[in-house]
Amino acid sequence: MTQQHHKSNYRQKPNDSFIAPKKRHEGRLKDHISSLRRYVDNIKPNFVEGGRFAWLQSTFEAFESFLFVPDTTTKRGCQIRDAVDLKRAMITVVIALAPAMLFGMWNIGFQTSLHATDWPYELGTVASWWYCLWFGFLRMLPMLAVSYIVGLGIEFTFAQIRHHEVNEGFLVTGFLIPMIVPVTTPLWQLALATAFAVIIGKEAFGGTGMNFLNPALVARAFLFFAYPTRMSGDNVWIAADLWGTDAITSATPLAELAAGIQPSASALDMFIGTIPGSSCETSVIAILLGAIILLLTGIASWRIMFSVIVGGGLMGLLFNAIGANAYMQLPFYYHYLMGGFMFGAVFMATDPVTAAQTNTGKWIYGLLIGIFAVMLRVINPAYPEGMMLSILLMNCFAPLIDHCVVARNIKMRQKRALVKQKTTVL
Amino acid sequence: MAKVIKIKQGLDIKLKGKAECAVRVVNAEHYAIQPIDFHYVLPKLLVQEGEMVKAGTPLFHDKHDERIKFVSPVSGTVETIRRGEKRRLEAIVIRSDGKKDAIDFDVDRPLDKENIKQVLLGSGLWPTIRQRPYSCIANPDDMPKAFFISGFDTSPLAPDMDFIASHFPDSLQKGLDVLSVLTDGKVHLSLHAEKTKSEPLLKAKNVSLHWFSGPHPAGNIGTQINKIAPINKGETVWFCALQDVINIGRLFLSGRPDFTRLYALAGTGFVNPHYVRTELGASIREMTDGQCCNPNYRLISGNVLTGIKSEADGFIGFYHNMLTAIPEGNHREEMLGWMWPGFKKFSFSRTFPSAFVPNDLQPAFELDTNMHGEKRPFVVTGAFEKVFPFDIYPMQLIKACIVGDIDLMENLGIYEVDEEDFALCEFIDTSKNDIQAIIRQGLDLVRKEND
Repeated sequence: MTQQHHKSNYRQKPNDSFIAPKKRHEGRLKDHISSLRRYVDNIKPNFVEGGRFAWLQSTFEAFESFLFVPDTTTKRGCQIRDAVDLKRAMITVVIALAPAMLFGMWNIGFQTSLHATDWPYELGTVASWWYCLWFGFLRMLPMLAVSYIVGLGIEFTFAQIRHHEVNEGFLVTGFLIPMIVPVTTPLWQLALATAFAVIIGKEAFGGTGMNFLNPALVARAFLFFAYPTRMSGDNVWIAADLWGTDAITSATPLAELAAGIQPSASALDMFIGTIPGSSCETSVIAILLGAIILLLTGIASWRIMFSVIVGGGLMGLLFNAIGANAYMQLPFYYHYLMGGFMFGAVFMATDPVTAAQTNTGKWIYGLLIGIFAVMLRVINPAYPEGMMLSILLMNCFAPLIDHCVVARNIKMRQKRALVKQKTTVL
Repeated sequence: MAKVIKIKQGLDIKLKGKAECAVRVVNAEHYAIQPIDFHYVLPKLLVQEGEMVKAGTPLFHDKHDERIKFVSPVSGTVETIRRGEKRRLEAIVIRSDGKKDAIDFDVDRPLDKENIKQVLLGSGLWPTIRQRPYSCIANPDDMPKAFFISGFDTSPLAPDMDFIASHFPDSLQKGLDVLSVLTDGKVHLSLHAEKTKSEPLLKAKNVSLHWFSGPHPAGNIGTQINKIAPINKGETVWFCALQDVINIGRLFLSGRPDFTRLYALAGTGFVNPHYVRTELGASIREMTDGQCCNPNYRLISGNVLTGIKSEADGFIGFYHNMLTAIPEGNHREEMLGWMWPGFKKFSFSRTFPSAFVPNDLQPAFELDTNMHGEKRPFVVTGAFEKVFPFDIYPMQLIKACIVGDIDLMENLGIYEVDEEDFALCEFIDTSKNDIQAIIRQGLDLVRKEND
């Protein structure tokens, strides 16, 4: 049989079966290599082994891959790969955090304008709205800078020492830390807390992906236990002026409840977020916007978010049923509106590294976080905010939860084998 | 129709360049058998360069079991014996004389287990029968619990098994008849509930039919075994690709080994993706008419998820049924790629806008070989479970393989899987790990321990 006989079956001449070189990549490559790309290529030899700055290799690679998508291709296994990578996942979380961050900035200014005696700007005008945001922005900027410089500095150093790539995990952690501490936290304390979180909370266990405690919460817990007077009580929440660390006395709803009085803010205020609190976690609306982004993109687990809320609600209802004191009688949904409950449920509990990893485990993990958070708030007035401690506690138990879930699967498999053996013997 | 097994977890990657149902016959000049295609085989060469061979002449056998022979698919002369590092045998290249001479086998004897095994071992068709666990060539002394054959292929750009089956209806049925003797259990033939339409498959006899629906990996043999009769420790099942069943059938109809089969040429590297009818192990250059030296495209023997990158002077792999050509992804012009919306990018995660286009309106993608990121530790959880339809915890099993904990691997179900089952996990992995290689390492370790 020759090819001629079967030509009728074949639509195209055999010689045309392979396409001529496509110009797409080639053309673009020639025309569009930017001068930056050329510059990076030029200085690259300094940073590889044997170069002058070989000790900065990880740092250089981190910046290069930040600027340009690496041109590495698949070698073995799958010949194609999904477009998502860790950078993409992390930037999605940062985008989801943006509404809370922006609202938080505005609220910092707004709270100061309510209480400060020398607030220079008129209230009730558009300008003041911008001034509130601007004021908050100026307060947040140094905190963000300190968090990123300290955290990334340590991450880069560790990556360099270990000859690893720099991981993107801190992009989110560094954004989170200033958001969950009071705006009046002195910068040196923030720097210490960040360093503690990155070194003890993360790098000691092997870096991104290996830590068992949420690093941002470790930073907050460090401040909470090391400088308790700066982290809880009446007078830590509102910045008195732009540059100082002085604060104005104004209690958060949680502090009021812990002191045995009903919160002065209305539920609506708490929902919108125009109340004193940690810098960016007061607005439930802004957090829900972030939650929508996280759930639409599938970056955070809906199981965890949902079950934390269910757990908190169930515990709140249980306390309502007991009703032994004023705090217990508080409508259960107040727990969602106060303090860091929603922020924790959406952004903290869902950290995939420190949460339970199995789907069943995620349900249990989330439920217990919600239950413990409300329980700590109501039963233990020494710690007005139970969310942080509850998440850290369940971070510790997440591996155990997973172990039990996986053990069930193992048992199922062993049982299946046993049944099989018995039937074959019979 | 009996019960349909619905696969819910999985992913169909829609790629451009599906092969059209048109067949071109290629009488290639060069063919090769590559020992690298076979797991755990230690080749002992039986021929020399320049020697005359027929279709069915043994080229090498396995030192562990000399009965398992690997034969020449065509008649001709041994042109070169390619060796790699440390003189490792890479390929035995045969130059075909086009005469189609073949060794005759006695297939008129009663078809009992022993006779069938003898013929299959002698004719070099035995290596087409593989086993789980380990996905290696079946041990002829084993008694498999069941025999599995997948009647459809769901991998990206996969050849249409209906189309192939309709070309060789008689051989297919004969092959099924022969294989049904090899096991005391059943021969399970799995078909697609909606897509399988061809008579030879629908009316197959001597088998127990199963119906599957859902996305890839519904067509993978591992998925089907897991859903029909999962493997327990100590059990063995055998499986065989559909085209190999056809080859086995043809051997028992004619008494002569004939390795003719259809390969799909698919992917955007081909102007007109189509099928090629040729023998096993044909030269890729000749299959594609010599125009495959384009450096902008990668030739893959097999599908894009599990295939092997092939050079233009390479040969199609023993267990592969297609040749894919997709663009190389070594372009570097993309700046700040993590930031842009990326409308044309394909991702299983929903971090790109393409995820929000309804499935029916979704155009086929042209994916290249770019890694789209760098290797990282595992961070994201819960994603693998969405593309992994086994009742196995994929992340936990992968980690057990990494640390080499054999007990844990056994407990988590390593015997039920092979690297192919993890191909989608590897594809979607945010951390860009080589998961298929990790699973194979785990399998190697367990096998060594059990030996």
